[in-house]
Amino acid sequence: MRFASKKQTIEGIDEDAGVSLLIVEPEDMWHANNLISDGDVVHAPAFRKVTTTTATGSKVVKNVRTNLSIQVKSTFFDPHASELKVSGTVVNENDWVSVGQHHTITLKYDKADIKFTIWKSNGWDSVAIQSLKEALSEDRPEAIAAVVMQEGLANICLITEFRTILKQRIDSPIPKKRSTAKESSGVMSAFYDKTLASLRNNIDFSIPRTLLLASPGFSADDFRAYMQSEAARTGDKGLQKIAREAVVVQSTSGHVHSLNEVLKSTKAKKIVQNAKFATESNLMDQFYDRLRKDDGRAWYGTKPVEKAVAEGAVGRGGGVLFVNNGFFRSMDVATRKRYVGLVDKVKEDGGEVRLLSSDDESGKRLESLGGIAAVLTYPILDLDEDDEEEEVAAGPDEGDMVI
Amino acid sequence: MSRHQYIRNLDYGDAVDEYEGYSEEENDELSPEDRALMNQGTADVQAALGVEISKVTVAQIEEALWHYYYDVDKSVAYLISKFVNPRPKATKPAVQPPNGKSVTCAIDTSTAGLPLELGIPSHWAAKYLDLTDTGLPALQTNSPNSAAWRQSIGHQSNTRALSISTPVSFEHGTWISHFFQDMPWGNIPKHRETTFIAPPKRRGGLLGGSGMPPKMSKLQALAAARKKKAEEKKAIDEKAEQTRMQVEDLSMEHTPAGKENVLMAGPSNKRLKTSESIAQSTMPLLGSQPTQPEISHQSGVMTKVPGEGPLLGQGLFGGRPGSSTPDAPGDGRKAIMAEPSAFAQLLCWNPPTSRTSNGSESDPLYGFGCGYGADNKGNPPTKPLDPTDWFDVRKRKRDDSGDFDEEVILYPNLPQSVRDTFAQPSPDDVVLAAQAKAKSMKAGPKTAAAQPKKKGTASTDAVTASVDGLRISDAPLPKSRNLDVLSELEKSKPKKSASFVVVGHVDAGKSTMMGRLLLDLKVVDQRTIDKLQKEAKTEGKGSFGLAWVLDQRPEERSRGITMDIATRRFETEHTAFTILDAPGHAEYIYNMIAGASQADFAILVIDASIDAFESGLKGQTREHSLLIRSMGVSRIIVAINKLDTVAWSQERFSEIKDQMSGFLSTANFQHKNMAFVPVSGLNGDNLVHRSRDPAASWYTGPTLVEELENSEPSARALTKPLRMTVFEVYRTMQSPVTVSGRIEAGSVQMGDALLVQPSGQKAYVKSILANEAPVDWAVAGQNVVLHLSHIDPIHVRDGDIICDPAKPVPKADTFKMKALAFDILMPMPVEVHRGRLNQAGKIETISALLDKASGSVVKKNPKIVKPAMVARIVVKLESQVPLEPGQRVVLRSGGQTVAAGLLE
Repeated sequence: MRFASKKQTIEGIDEDAGVSLLIVEPEDMWHANNLISDGDVVHAPAFRKVTTTTATGSKVVKNVRTNLSIQVKSTFFDPHASELKVSGTVVNENDWVSVGQHHTITLKYDKADIKFTIWKSNGWDSVAIQSLKEALSEDRPEAIAAVVMQEGLANICLITEFRTILKQRIDSPIPKKRSTAKESSGVMSAFYDKTLASLRNNIDFSIPRTLLLASPGFSADDFRAYMQSEAARTGDKGLQKIAREAVVVQSTSGHVHSLNEVLKSTKAKKIVQNAKFATESNLMDQFYDRLRKDDGRAWYGTKPVEKAVAEGAVGRGGGVLFVNNGFFRSMDVATRKRYVGLVDKVKEDGGEVRLLSSDDESGKRLESLGGIAAVLTYPILDLDEDDEEEEVAAGPDEGDMVI
Repeated sequence: MSRHQYIRNLDYGDAVDEYEGYSEEENDELSPEDRALMNQGTADVQAALGVEISKVTVAQIEEALWHYYYDVDKSVAYLISKFVNPRPKATKPAVQPPNGKSVTCAIDTSTAGLPLELGIPSHWAAKYLDLTDTGLPALQTNSPNSAAWRQSIGHQSNTRALSISTPVSFEHGTWISHFFQDMPWGNIPKHRETTFIAPPKRRGGLLGGSGMPPKMSKLQALAAARKKKAEEKKAIDEKAEQTRMQVEDLSMEHTPAGKENVLMAGPSNKRLKTSESIAQSTMPLLGSQPTQPEISHQSGVMTKVPGEGPLLGQGLFGGRPGSSTPDAPGDGRKAIMAEPSAFAQLLCWNPPTSRTSNGSESDPLYGFGCGYGADNKGNPPTKPLDPTDWFDVRKRKRDDSGDFDEEVILYPNLPQSVRDTFAQPSPDDVVLAAQAKAKSMKAGPKTAAAQPKKKGTASTDAVTASVDGLRISDAPLPKSRNLDVLSELEKSKPKKSASFVVVGHVDAGKSTMMGRLLLDLKVVDQRTIDKLQKEAKTEGKGSFGLAWVLDQRPEERSRGITMDIATRRFETEHTAFTILDAPGHAEYIYNMIAGASQADFAILVIDASIDAFESGLKGQTREHSLLIRSMGVSRIIVAINKLDTVAWSQERFSEIKDQMSGFLSTANFQHKNMAFVPVSGLNGDNLVHRSRDPAASWYTGPTLVEELENSEPSARALTKPLRMTVFEVYRTMQSPVTVSGRIEAGSVQMGDALLVQPSGQKAYVKSILANEAPVDWAVAGQNVVLHLSHIDPIHVRDGDIICDPAKPVPKADTFKMKALAFDILMPMPVEVHRGRLNQAGKIETISALLDKASGSVVKKNPKIVKPAMVARIVVKLESQVPLEPGQRVVLRSGGQTVAAGLLE
């Protein structure tokens, strides 16, 4: 993403004039999704279906391309299509729409840059600024393709700097061995064939891109061998290159969450230049290690973390606050302020703040911890003592369980 | 509108609209270029015709030019033949049958298809050049219109100067045999062969293009009657109308074929709309009886062999004999309005029985010998056949499931013996029928679907409805004998059946030991072992021969490891055992879990050689022991293997025994349920037979097999509702959905209705195999193979649960469980294993820490669960799976087993 005007800087944001940004690649849609929160005003190109009634009573429907300003009511981000739908009410009247009408703007990068302007309803707070900085960073490593597989199951993923997109999941039953099983190898190659086909369909290999193959056992090796033999058979140079440069890593399962360990493996680390992912993953590991030790320096859940931050325990010298960035998106103003306050306090104390997206694997781990966690600089042991009753009372999840 | 256009519309418009529902595009005016060409061409033609010009109108010239795409020569030839020297209408020539000579005639559909045969048979031309090339006697032209005819075949400008008679007269009766002389019977070279295709099936009225709506065949009438029944209010004329409409629709379907044809004809696109498409769309009318088109088409092909001018003209171009000017005004209509051809009469008014009737001179021959008349050795029959004999018209159904039965074979009257030969179904037919029968379970409904389709006029809805109705009744449900399985069980007092899983660290020798066991018990003969050992040696894996009894997959053999559970059965005097040989590698632990979930007890194999035991204890020895215990296996036999490598050292044995019993008791195995046997899996010491090695004489306890027999399988839940976890699904001859697995609870018998979860699909038990023998029923604890019916294979997968439809297993994606932690538990992603099932999920909440013994809550909402603690946790899965309280599940994360427990 870029500023639309070269003169614009992060420091010089004029709240009233708004910030005009250019979407220059599909990945920017994800950043736009982080930047746009409910209540903001967005000015962007839109298509409006306009119905006009002629004198004779016949109706003519036209799709009019126009620029609209809407006050955001909700956003929907489609990670597969990299498409952001922003819905809200129109705030600036023009020839086609009047104020108060609803409109959904679909932002999608499609070859041409898209310019949009955003006015934050609550001003540009530290979290918003951080998102903006991330969005504007120019140094982007190329997304890595990964296939996490086991016999009969393959997950085709694209790992970008900020997120892991599961592109396709292939699940085909493989006959297990019986004394009469002879079809097994044929079925396996059919499975590899399916996997290869959807890998090439889902991931664009025209730009040089690393391919990670991960599996327990030999599936990944076999798949690579299959790719090579296919390349040789069809004389496909491109495939040959992909297969030759593919990196095979052992994983413990073929499920997507194994990507975590895959990306930590030394083999993968060499090729993954993805600093953000690596640091986040490392920090999360540190957190889990501390939690494992139960030394009172790792806490998760809003209440304990809030208390720890209030005490100034998440500060200089190793304090890290992890917050799921989803927390800042669709919450009411008060809650958002509360979390922004937490973030600001930690920064003030000299601690580190990590906003993790639930779209990548570290973020998913954080999500399972309730979306917020902290590593403390010194141990506090009784943070969870007095909120027990409250938590029990607030445990609505147990009601809808089947078992 | 140009005159040309005018004529076209005038001549064809009505006929086309009326009969074909074919709407001419009105806007195909001549382009200026075409106009210019046309003018030029007209002038040229007029010049060429010279004095004869008076006999031809400008319009006719233009029409001809248009038709021949401005080819002046052709147009002139055509005009001369048509208008200048019109030939008196030919009487139908007497056609001789092909003199009993074997002619294999087929149309290559793959390359040409029907349209080609109808329109531009370029390969025909090639074919018939072929004929001449093979030294056929030149056929004489005896009709002046032959040139036109030839041109109308294909506008082949390169047609060789070869004279063709439209009604061919056979000067040399044996010319066909000449053609095939150099070929052995049944071994005709591909390039001379053609293949018959079934033409697109056409429904509709009977033959004979009268202006009236086509009459209905019996079949159609039947279908219409059905339809009437279904709709209950359609008037008869409406029905007829509808039938006609359908015929027209079909004809329309035909037109694209014509288009294809035109593409090949190059730039003559527009022209299609006139002559050819009309000719072709006329076809269905002529060939409205389902079997007829093929025949006319056959006979069309035949023209290049015995020759059948009139029919050719009619069948292929919709023209009448003698006036084979496909595009002449009014001709198309003529064809449509024409009397039914003799051929049609033969087919429709003289049913196949007409075989015996004698054809008069004017009866044309419409069939040709189909692989007939020559004996197997390829010698032509010595007795010349009466050329005027009728051909045998036979209908033959391919098989029950075949959609088309229009395979009509026409062959000349032949000696009774020969006919008898073909009166019976051919060996191929017998095989086909048998095959159809074999798959009748599946094919049944399909056949039902195919049948109504044939009844032309029945609406699709009616067809669907009838198929829906048929589906249930068609394949009979497997018969249930309604046995009281439990009392049967009492009566039969079968051998005890037990299954055990063989676990242990990588390379502890599990598979080899089991291979040896099977050899010593004579389940596998020495020859097989020798063979395997030889194979192993050639692959450089000499010691793996025994293991290969169980490791059968090529990957397993090449890598020398077990990857998946292998099952084998053997019987001792009292018990039928099932071996579940588990992989030792940590990566395949999900397979090991699948095996352990089926086992009553376990053999833990330990490598006694130096360092191997120690490394195993840190590795899979430990994890496997924990796993099998948490899977509910309480009896464990520890086979301390490879003791021969340490010279049967009793010290080593005791050392390992002490360490292991200490470890196993911490893993909640009771001392009375442990047994330790020193063995050598490779040599077979103390497996079945006592060791003969004097160094091992210190061991006097029971052998491994004796220990197995001493083991009492756990109590079976016989009276509970049926539960069976699908271990694997595969396809067999008996059923496309064959499942194997262990019945965990309840019983099953033949004919039972079952429910497969999570798909929720019903199935029926067709048959049951237990210990590889068919049985009527099976009970909990048995490893069985079920052949299911009435279910699609996509609904059954590994890890599914087959249950009693009355008391199904609930499905859920969230469950609460009491878990014993092996590692730190916190909200985190985990893999959930239950038998074959392997699902990704996450620990959502940890609701409480529990007291190990009493199960009372110690601490609510703990942050983490430390190893060896018991906690109540909530796990959320990615998708719904069948789960039920009391099931045992294993949670793994990062390649480690982190917890195991019981569902609550």
